[in-house]
Amino acid sequence: MENLETPFDADKQLIIAEVRRFVDREVIPVAHQLEHDDNYPIELIEKLKQLGIFSATIPEAYGGLGFDFTTYVQVVEELSRGWMSLAGIVNTHVLVAYMIAAQGTEEQRQRFLPLLAEGDKRGGLCISEANAGSDVQAITMTAVRDGEDYIINGAKLWVTNGVHAGIFAVLVRTDPNAQPAHRGMSVFLVEKGTPGLTVSRTFEKLGYKGVETAELVFDAVRVPAVQLLGGSEGAGFKHAMSGLEVGRINVAARAVGLAQAAFNDAIRYAQQRATFGKPIAQHQAIQLKLADMATKIEAARLLLQKAARKKDRGERCDLEAGMAKLFASEMCQEVTLDALRIHGGFGYTKEFNVERYYRDAPFMLVGEGTSEIQRLVIARQLLEQYKI
Amino acid sequence: MKIYVCVKQIPDPNTVVSKLDPNTKRLVRSGVSLVLDPGDESTISAAIKLRDTVGNSEVVAVSMGPASAQEAMRRALAMGVDRAILVTDPALAGSDALGTARVLAAILQKESPDLVFCSTESTDGYTGMVPGGIAEFLNLPQLTFAREINVEGAKAIIKRVTLTGYQTVECPLPAVVTIASGSFEAIYPTMKGIMSAKKKPFTQLTLADLAIDPSQVGEAGAREHVATIGKAEARAAGQIIKDDGNSAQAIADFLQRYQLL
Repeated sequence: MENLETPFDADKQLIIAEVRRFVDREVIPVAHQLEHDDNYPIELIEKLKQLGIFSATIPEAYGGLGFDFTTYVQVVEELSRGWMSLAGIVNTHVLVAYMIAAQGTEEQRQRFLPLLAEGDKRGGLCISEANAGSDVQAITMTAVRDGEDYIINGAKLWVTNGVHAGIFAVLVRTDPNAQPAHRGMSVFLVEKGTPGLTVSRTFEKLGYKGVETAELVFDAVRVPAVQLLGGSEGAGFKHAMSGLEVGRINVAARAVGLAQAAFNDAIRYAQQRATFGKPIAQHQAIQLKLADMATKIEAARLLLQKAARKKDRGERCDLEAGMAKLFASEMCQEVTLDALRIHGGFGYTKEFNVERYYRDAPFMLVGEGTSEIQRLVIARQLLEQYKI
Repeated sequence: MKIYVCVKQIPDPNTVVSKLDPNTKRLVRSGVSLVLDPGDESTISAAIKLRDTVGNSEVVAVSMGPASAQEAMRRALAMGVDRAILVTDPALAGSDALGTARVLAAILQKESPDLVFCSTESTDGYTGMVPGGIAEFLNLPQLTFAREINVEGAKAIIKRVTLTGYQTVECPLPAVVTIASGSFEAIYPTMKGIMSAKKKPFTQLTLADLAIDPSQVGEAGAREHVATIGKAEARAAGQIIKDDGNSAQAIADFLQRYQLL
């Protein structure tokens, strides 16, 4: 039986407590305004940089702090409790850093990881395209060898940090004729400012505001072959999927943090708001909701921690990450709606944060693989495990 | 330059509603969340800022308290303090401001500081008497309510907050300086700072190490006795001025009464 308590050393407890304090003091007071104005949080990002968030998971040898994912998910949960968008800015950065640390050549690690650890250059991940989201193998962006370089052509969609990132990890086809298609895919590391790389548009969204979600156009972008992740063609799909495991754990953590914020607001409000002569928290109808909300949050947190621990052990964890992401994101949608219901009419107004939580929650259902894709991943693994 | 900051662990003012024990007439400190005094965070930040401006300097956090105060000291180290000294001794329980000043002064005596920083007062007891006591024991000049501190040669120069503005005051080093609350924004410990805190020197001392007679401190040595405790009077209701065409004059009169105009 696996110990479900997260093993913690004192430093990690202090770090989580410090992030919690930071979120309480610096994020929560400004999140409402920044979100409604859809403003990129430049000052908060600067403070997160000083705190060291962007270096958290990067190995110490490359200027990072070398956190394990078990600690990292708690940091993400705290950030998301303050404002989910912030956790998104950190997420893509961490994915790119993870892919370089895990799959990059030594030269690529030495060149890119210290830059990412400082936080001045943040990471962006380019996988989806207009006609390829859940079906990643349908991407059409190509990279064609030209002497010591590759020439990249195509467009990428849903790029978080698309405007403010400095280093992009870009999934392309290096062999368009490969069968199956994933064997012909590779990831390139492309720096912002490379000629031919432009942001063609950003999207207005239901929630997840403040952070930009962009379309990036690669028009004959020339990239040296030394920027091919891992140094050899054909492993890109595997690299991207391995990054997505981390992404799914991250989205699960964001969902847990967001749901926790909604629950915190709801249980406070339920004790302040009175109907029929007593606080609504004294009505069983509300108590049943509160109990279910807290139970679901806790269950999601435990799934999340299990997936993170497995990733920390270096084991394949697409089953656990998929379960955590599926359960946490669906749970978050339910809990944020319940929090809105508990707030009644006020919950539907911009006066209260539950309105924001409710708009942010659906992002988790579709980002880093939809719930339907998670179910397919889970089922595929289960059929493998239970083969007769 | 050696800059010392006297700090204290207190019940978390952000989460704990202060309670007084009717028997001991003291603040209840057990069973509550304890933190480094937020005022001290700001004082530590002032010391770190000065250290980094002057160069070739160190900041040392000094405290007296129970074993749990180690956590507050680790937070000070995580914020960027170079080393920490904590005096813990069962005989210290019940110390008043005089006893506290005596113990802190004894540590500082051994360390030969150039500057001793204290918050003007703690965020729990609010006596504000410890810094003056330390200065007296060490026979050092004291500058109070500093909102800005500079060192020129062997002089400390501060901007001292007054009711109407500030005074520029100076004195020879070494000196004790109290920091006006809210004058320095508290810095956050970085994640790197937290992780490197445990590698920094942290000295724990007892009264015997400081050659202090236990009868001079704690309950035994306290000269300050709390006679009674009572509830603060509830704040009187505010005055509501209805606008009948003369409200501007009424507001002006109100402000003038309090010499705000």
